Amino acid sequence: MKLHLRIWRQAGPDAQGHMARYELDGVTPDMSFLDMLDTLNEQLIAEGCEPVAFDHDCREGICGACGVVINGEAHGPERTTTCQLHMRHFSDGDTIDVEPWRAAAFPVVKDLVVDRSAMDRVIGSGGYVSVPTGSAPEAHATPVPKPDADEAFTHAECIGCGACVAACPNGAAMLFTAAKVVHLAALPQGRVERESRVLDMVGTMDEESFGGCTVTGECATACPKGIPLTSIAAMNREYVRAVRKRR
Amino acid sequence: MTTPPGAGAGQDAAEHAGHAAGRGREQTGRDAEQDAGHAEQDAGHAEQPPPADADAARTVPYADYRVGEPLVDRSAPDGPIAERWDRRRFEAKLVNPANRRGHTVIVVGTGLAGGAAGATLAEQGYRVLQFCYQDSPRRAHSIAAQGGINAAKNYRNDGDSVHRLFYDTVKGGDFRARESGVHRLAQVSVEIIDQCVAQGVPFAREYGGLLDTRSFGGVQVSRTFYARGQTGQQLLLGAYQSLSRQIAAGQVEMRARTEMLDLIVIDGRARGIVARDLVTGRIDSYLADAVVLATGGYGNVFHLSTNAKNSNATALWRAHRRGAYFANPCFTQIHPTCIPRAGDHQSKLTLMSESLRNDGRIWVPVRAGDDRPPREIPTSERDYYLERQYPAFGNLVPRDIASRAAKSVCDEGRGVGPGGQGVYLDFTDAIARLGREAVAERYGNLFEMYERITAESPYETPMRIYPAIHYTMGGLWVDYDLQTTVPGLFAIGEANFSDHGANRLGASALMQGLADGYFVLPSTLGDYLARLPRDEAFRDVDRDHPAVHACVGEVTDRLFALLSNNGDRSPESFHREIGELLWEECGMARDEAGLKRALERIPALREEFWQRIRVPGSGRELNQSLEKANRVSDYLELAELLCLDALHRTESCGGHFRTESQTASGEALRDDESYTYAAGWEFTGAGRAPVLHREQLNFEYVHPTMRSYA
Repeated sequence: MKLHLRIWRQAGPDAQGHMARYELDGVTPDMSFLDMLDTLNEQLIAEGCEPVAFDHDCREGICGACGVVINGEAHGPERTTTCQLHMRHFSDGDTIDVEPWRAAAFPVVKDLVVDRSAMDRVIGSGGYVSVPTGSAPEAHATPVPKPDADEAFTHAECIGCGACVAACPNGAAMLFTAAKVVHLAALPQGRVERESRVLDMVGTMDEESFGGCTVTGECATACPKGIPLTSIAAMNREYVRAVRKRR
Repeated sequence: MTTPPGAGAGQDAAEHAGHAAGRGREQTGRDAEQDAGHAEQDAGHAEQPPPADADAARTVPYADYRVGEPLVDRSAPDGPIAERWDRRRFEAKLVNPANRRGHTVIVVGTGLAGGAAGATLAEQGYRVLQFCYQDSPRRAHSIAAQGGINAAKNYRNDGDSVHRLFYDTVKGGDFRARESGVHRLAQVSVEIIDQCVAQGVPFAREYGGLLDTRSFGGVQVSRTFYARGQTGQQLLLGAYQSLSRQIAAGQVEMRARTEMLDLIVIDGRARGIVARDLVTGRIDSYLADAVVLATGGYGNVFHLSTNAKNSNATALWRAHRRGAYFANPCFTQIHPTCIPRAGDHQSKLTLMSESLRNDGRIWVPVRAGDDRPPREIPTSERDYYLERQYPAFGNLVPRDIASRAAKSVCDEGRGVGPGGQGVYLDFTDAIARLGREAVAERYGNLFEMYERITAESPYETPMRIYPAIHYTMGGLWVDYDLQTTVPGLFAIGEANFSDHGANRLGASALMQGLADGYFVLPSTLGDYLARLPRDEAFRDVDRDHPAVHACVGEVTDRLFALLSNNGDRSPESFHREIGELLWEECGMARDEAGLKRALERIPALREEFWQRIRVPGSGRELNQSLEKANRVSDYLELAELLCLDALHRTESCGGHFRTESQTASGEALRDDESYTYAAGWEFTGAGRAPVLHREQLNFEYVHPTMRSYA
């Protein structure tokens, strides 16, 4: 099929960006969205033009590197990562807009590539259990009820792609932060540091120019891993609990 | 390559690269040609390759290797095998905690091995300078591992033990791994699970609250711990979180989006790396007291593999060029159950868990070229070839056998799907026997994943699968301490060659990465630092040392050659071509004639690369074409060593199958008399025959036997 692409081109962080138009023929339904961009890039190289920069790596929907806004939706029309979105969800002759994640906390690096290091700093401020290598007790020393383990797992599935931030009208990172807070609070191993964790992570989130939450729920709709919106409520409970306990 | 005059460390080099790029775009055709010629000479392959010829008797210059001094692992202790690791740790000299602050260690890569090592070394008090090419240390390819992680916990009381895991791993590796190292791996496996549970890794649990395990890859005990189908992700996030804690504490300086492009060796010791900031293009030198490579395997040399798209061999190869021996490059693992590619546009394959073979039946049409839909082919016209050839094991034969059988039926023209590169994996019988619900319970998420990619439902129509490169057992040669042949350079995880021999067992990659990163390296690295002569131990390298300048200059030159060439072929087109050549001649089954064809073709292809490569853009910005071209330039050298190693090892063993060496029933036939050694290759120049150093392997505890699945 033939596509009309409108893709955000921006030479660098401080450069003025614009939507560039490209015509791409020979797209097949079996291509992934990134295969399609690869094909466009080969065409651009052959024409002597600079290819479109975009982040990607595993192409299996697990590393979280890829992610673009497709026709206004983070990761496009299907609830999956951009690398797992296939062109069969588009039609011959479609016009497709491709833009980078848009958020104050995610400055554009080039074209469709953004800087998501703010999310790493949120994790670094408390998204861990302080257990130096070698100091761990026997794994079976503390049984974990299966429902708690499952709850932890559901939230641990976050791949850190940033779609939740990109989808949020406020550019908030609540779903991302809540996923880690709830994952670790669900487990006995994570409960020792639960108060400092939620307070520090929320504090960092605010410092990193992520917006505030107004519970529009766009984050959970865009999340390719199905992190539930209720995790935000759970994090708020953790937060209130921590504030009270600290008082 | 020569050092260009005026190319220095740091900013100078970046300016040089930027300037070079600008100049390259303005060049006339003649200048560009001269530059291409220059690049060729630099890469050191001036000799003209002979024309391609299928005759196996021909000689290939590169195959004319010399045999050098044998390799000896001097760091391995002797004595009873179960006591060796304790002895090594006791005999290791320690670095005073106060002195650790004075040592900087570079760790390249943030996968399971690198992330675990960086976090642990920082916890011990070393200053860690860590690198990854991704935008975040959370994204390394360890994240994609599905199945699980082995550990000899014996929670099932099913007869497992450290010794049994050791035994299984040595045997599974087809007797081409070192006993001491494998035994240590089995010992340490137990501690890994403790560590990960304490980090909050949400392993699968039973209703009693204890950890669940399963048996994996045909092993008779249930020793595989898992976290749904995302074990690698969860283990990696555990290591990443520990690393993040150290980054926030200022103990690790993390440089994401920075790619190692060379190793700095001064006075025979690894003292740093040259790396490129992928955002600004700045090429800089980073200096340290030791360098740890945790940069993964080289499976992407085959172009189509299950590796992440940007996984590459550049760090390994550049270290090899600087003196680190490369061991057993021909030991590559092919996974039989990947989703076949849909067309030429595709450059990455997706793995489907091997567990599918427990209930799926593999078949192809009896008649070549039969293109009826699978449902219309009656049973009498189907060939369930694994069940036919291996009645005892049927569809559960080991990975390599299943893979070769698939290729051979496809070579007969009986493959299915686009391009005839696929075989059916059919669940019809399983659904009839167990019911759709039970099948969905077992494989639902895999079926969903398959359907998302292919738009076909495995409930309705048989899956199509095909083998793909998945893991590389070969890598940099390391001793028991995980130190390479360059003092101060260590290699951990998939980057080294150590524990899997010629074949890796399922669920053992995660185990080895974490064993190396959390436990082994942090114990042995200190010994290296503690034994440095007093006057050297805390002496920093001068940033203006000629070797530093030379190294930065060479990296800059090479990128300049790529940018300024202005040819007519994309990096991707060369990657595809070398990959297809390797897959054809050095893939699942290898023979002398094919390997010689490849060895004749590769130098010509490499020459063509340096003449015709086109890299748009400049070196002073994010330039993914430049990154790719640079990686492909290394594949074009590594591919040659891979084929040579495969040619020289005339036996079949593990993942390396030489068609000349098989039993009557088509089993791999080892030649223990001649090949019970690890082949460590020494670099002598691109395109020049390397020197082979053999490390003889001794089996005191597990006696070599021949496997049989017929």
